[in-house]
Amino acid sequence: MKHLICIECPIGCSLTAVKSGEQWEIKGNRCRKGEQFAINELTDPRRSVCSTVKTTYRKVPRLPVRTNGEVPLNAIFAVMEQINAVTLDHPVHIGEVIIENVCNTGINVIATSDLYYLLEEDGQ
Amino acid sequence: MNEYDVVVLGGGPAGLAAALASFEQGMNTLIIERENRLGGILKQCIHDGFGLIKFKEKLTGPEYAQRYVDKVLACQMPVLLSTFVLTVEKAGTGFVITLVNAAQGVAQIETRALILATGCRERTAKQVFINGTRPAGVFTAGTAQHLVNIEGYLPGKKCVILGSGDIGLIMARRLTLEGAQVLAVYEAKSTPSGLSRNIVQCLNDFHIPLHLSTTITRVFGDNRVEAVEIARVDENMRPIKGTEQVISCDTVILSVGLIPENEIADMLGVEIDAATKGPVVDQNFMTSVEGVFSCGNALHVNDLVDYVSESGEIAGANAAQYVREATPRQLAEIKMSPDFLYVVPQQININSSNRKAVLYFRSREVRENMRVTIKSGDQVLLSKRYVILRPPEMERVRLVIKDGLASNQIEITMEPVKNKEMAL
Repeated sequence: MKHLICIECPIGCSLTAVKSGEQWEIKGNRCRKGEQFAINELTDPRRSVCSTVKTTYRKVPRLPVRTNGEVPLNAIFAVMEQINAVTLDHPVHIGEVIIENVCNTGINVIATSDLYYLLEEDGQ
Repeated sequence: MNEYDVVVLGGGPAGLAAALASFEQGMNTLIIERENRLGGILKQCIHDGFGLIKFKEKLTGPEYAQRYVDKVLACQMPVLLSTFVLTVEKAGTGFVITLVNAAQGVAQIETRALILATGCRERTAKQVFINGTRPAGVFTAGTAQHLVNIEGYLPGKKCVILGSGDIGLIMARRLTLEGAQVLAVYEAKSTPSGLSRNIVQCLNDFHIPLHLSTTITRVFGDNRVEAVEIARVDENMRPIKGTEQVISCDTVILSVGLIPENEIADMLGVEIDAATKGPVVDQNFMTSVEGVFSCGNALHVNDLVDYVSESGEIAGANAAQYVREATPRQLAEIKMSPDFLYVVPQQININSSNRKAVLYFRSREVRENMRVTIKSGDQVLLSKRYVILRPPEMERVRLVIKDGLASNQIEITMEPVKNKEMAL
């Protein structure tokens, strides 16, 4: 039997997982997401990565980004390496793709703040 | 002098929601923000997990903020950025605000209602009594977060974290991702302060140890932090002699609690609740001073931004109602049993047209299988079962206030659920 804590939402349900044959039986989850989380965690653990990229703008030296899906847990530092290699030299809107198919995960890294807004803000 | 119906102090999540709610009610509304961008602390909270209740989505802080910023920009509401409020004084049926900014210098504006959405501040090293020298390299978690996420500077290479609050846990992960070594998180209490999910995804994922019942007792170093002394603590949080250990490091990150910011409220003589450190309010989030409202982390420190926005909406809509028609209040106190850490609001205005109060509360201790009951005399207003109540997790209930309450006092209590009931 394995013990897990669900990270899908702030409730953080305590889960137990028992393997019967090829199937995992999950208990302790208050919603369906918990069951899926536990199975994924035991077979292919994944996480979102949130970070920042460098920009060439003195006023906004860093722009926040995130993966638009989850990447394998053991790929986090490889993803970080690619994120840290970026220097953004043009304004982007929120949600725009910054890195396509990061580390061949099929996941994109997207902007989570609006650089147009951040750059023009003082003038308002 | 410019005149407004409603002025909102603070352009973070509480202030943005309050201003939008007031504006939507047709009020001439102004936001005053001391920073040069709207969004408040969310701007630097680049991790995800925001908005699960409000938007049923997992958003990062900047994304959550932008949803409200876009709405504020779209309705062309006046916003004063890089503006600091110096004083607020009561004048006639409203308030005179003296502010300062680069464009106007010192200026005054008038408003009928005022919403305090000034957020909270971090407790600093001076408030947690760490002995030793005062070298560079001691940061609050929020300052470290600002340096890394906004400025792009790594505050240190070999870090220890004191306090297991969520910001400390989030920073443990963030510093690790950016190449710093996080040696450990120390927590003086015997249980973690932060959410379980953050222990998993911020510490366990990166093999960062969490030492409970342990604190930092001394900081060493002349110009820069060189080491800290840690020690185990007893039940009364006193360091246990003989358990001291010296850990070499260059950075100490403090995540040791947040305190609502209420300097302006104090200036106006607003009554402050000793438990929340925020104003005493009624269900409309009006403080003891008529026309002054409070919301978000200035009212009480929240765990989730979704509730911060909700409290802003309540304050904004009711400030608009107050401007339209200020009716005399009749206040019923909400008396809580000692099982509760706090309850917000602390009062119910029986005369108010708002009959659906939102109540936030925290249990003083971890309690399992409890029933929370809200009564007025013998009249039960609400009764709700909880599998578990934990102090770090704020609870929210909706209370319908019937006409003709049995008593002018409302009581909130909790008691263990009976065995028979548990079987159901």
